[in-house]
Parts: sequence; C-alpha cells; structure tokens
Amino acid sequence: MHARADALKENAASWPEDIFAILQRFDVRQVPYVPDAGHSQLIERVLGASSMRAVPLTTEEEGVALLAGAWAGGQRGVLLMQSSGVGNCVNMLSLTQIFRFPFLTLVTMRGEWGEFNPWQVPMGSSTQGVFELSGIKVLRASHPDEVGEVVEAAAGQAYNACTPTAVLLSQRLIGAKVFTK
Amino acid sequence: MSKANLLERRSVVSGLLAERKDAIVVGGLGASTYDIAAAGDHDRNFYLWGAMGGAVMIGLGIALAQPELPVVVITGDGEMLMGIGSLATVGLQKPRNLTIVVLDNEVYGETGGQASHTAATVDLVGVARSCGIADSSAIATMADIEAFARLMQDVSSGPRFASIKIDSANLERVLSSRDGQFTVTRIRGALGFGPI
Repeated sequence: MHARADALKENAASWPEDIFAILQRFDVRQVPYVPDAGHSQLIERVLGASSMRAVPLTTEEEGVALLAGAWAGGQRGVLLMQSSGVGNCVNMLSLTQIFRFPFLTLVTMRGEWGEFNPWQVPMGSSTQGVFELSGIKVLRASHPDEVGEVVEAAAGQAYNACTPTAVLLSQRLIGAKVFTK
Repeated sequence: MSKANLLERRSVVSGLLAERKDAIVVGGLGASTYDIAAAGDHDRNFYLWGAMGGAVMIGLGIALAQPELPVVVITGDGEMLMGIGSLATVGLQKPRNLTIVVLDNEVYGETGGQASHTAATVDLVGVARSCGIADSSAIATMADIEAFARLMQDVSSGPRFASIKIDSANLERVLSSRDGQFTVTRIRGALGFGPI
C-alpha cells in the first residue's frame, strides 16, 4: 500500500535535507501542508524543528490564506502540497496578486513519469498551467542534485522580490507510487 | 423575515470593538467587512473583499505570528461554511490569542438573501466544539457581547468561537478600502514591519 513511503524511509534522500536547510536559512516560520509521500521526509524535519510551525490543513487553499496572514503578522511561510491540491487553491491564489506577498509553494508531482493511477493524470497535467494562469512563476526540479539550487532560486525571488513562485518536484525525482495488493 | 430577540449586527460589532486596544481584526467578505468599517477604520483592520472561506485561516496566520496580540476574526455564516474545515485546523493548532465570531443571519445577504445551511440544519457552535475549539458558545444578548469583548483581550485562554444570531436586515454599506496591498502594508507598519 505505502511502498513509496517505506522506500523513502529506508533510503533517506538528501534533497529533502537540502530543502529544509534552505527554508531554515530564509527564516521560514509557518509550514502549512497537506501530506504527500514525496514530502514525508521534509514534513518530519519541519515537525521536529523548534523554529518552524507545521500546520496540517484539511484542504490546500487554507494554506494560501494562512501564508497571507503570516505575512501580515511578519512571518514567512511555505505551502507543501501534491499536484492534485493545486486545483483546490485556485480562487485563494488571488491573494498573491491582491497582497503581493512572498508566496512560495513546493509541489510534489503526480500523474507523470510512469504513473499507475489514471485519476492523478488530469490535475497533474494542468498543474503548471493553473499556476501560470494564476500569476504564479513556476520552476521545476527533476534530478536530486538540482533540487537545492532550484528551491534556493525560488525562495530568493519569492521572499526577496515578492514574486509568487511554485516549485514542481517531478515524479521522476520521487519515483512513481507503487501499488501492491 | 425578522425574528424576535435577534441582535443588530452593527451594534454587535461596535460593541465587540469599542475597547479593542491592540487587537488585529479580520473581516470576512461582505457585510462583516462593512460592519467593521462602520465601527471605525483602524490601522489593524484586515478587510476582505474576496477569498471567500479564507477569513479564519488569515486570522490563524496572524495569530501564530503574533501570539501576544489578540486576533479577532469576524465573519458571516456563509463565509464560515465555505471555510468550515479551517475550524478543524484551528482546533488542532489551538492558538490562545485567536477569537472567531460568526454573525449568523442564516442567509447569503449579498446575493439576494438565499437561505444558508444554518437556517435549517447546521449548528456552527457544535461544529466548532467538535473540531476541538472547546470554548465555543452562542451569544444572544448585548450584555454577553460586552463580556465577550473583554474575553477577546485574553491571549492566554483561546481559541474561542462565538456564534451570534443577528437579524437579516440589509443595512447601508459602509465601504472600507478595497486595496489589499494598502491594508496589509498598513497592518505590517502598525506591527513595526517595513516594506521589502
């Protein structure tokens, strides 16, 4: 059932550590998320970090609104979600243009690169387009050794230039979810 | 339409905010934002003109960032219903400085007065309590509004939730600024944060 998550635990990847270090360096304080297996290692690190507040959500759009409030209150945040959650955010993404606040989201991709589950394909295929139509800049990382520099660039333009940015973490990077009976 | 013993929304909000001190106040889109504007413009007012369902989460983001300040979200039943899951998120985080007030007129007043779910079935106080907000209550008198306004200042005993049944009269709109950047920059300035 959860072969991908188990594989991640057995072979801890270094790229989630790279992301965590960047978030710490940028003084990210609020980390709303809807869980995804691809984010599980990073979520564990956030839950264990005294400087960060992990905020589990019931739906991803809550995280967009939370980060707008965090900015008003003087803190930075990052939204962690899976590609299927991006569609849940669409109207709330208006806030990035209305407030011009430093919005950063890290999105683990499904529906590509050997996907087993056809239900993931439609939203995975439109994820980048949805962001771009919503005025969000999109960067992508597909190989473990480029994740750090891509997230660094995304955090820089989001937090320093108030340019709302999404990083798509390719399914190729994470591995297709394995479904076993 | 009007039922007996329902409170008048502008009196409720002006009563809640009369002694607001340093509180930050978030108004859900629609009549709640007009009510807050009617009670008096303020550097710490966060007016929403959209983002339906987002008021409580914006309040939570501020409350977590500013744990020593009272943060008050005032919104309507329709806006609260659209963001109903955010009560579960607040119940999990338990920010002690956050107060959520729903002005419940049981209708979508901005769009022609169509009935909302609270008119027939949904008990928002019960929802909030079952989401983990133990201090959840219904308020029905102006005396209790005054007492609740004092409680809102206590940043050590939240989160708290109150539903206030109000009459559904459509009042004259009192228009706040619609400029989100102005609103947020002004709040940040009041808290000591400058532009980038």
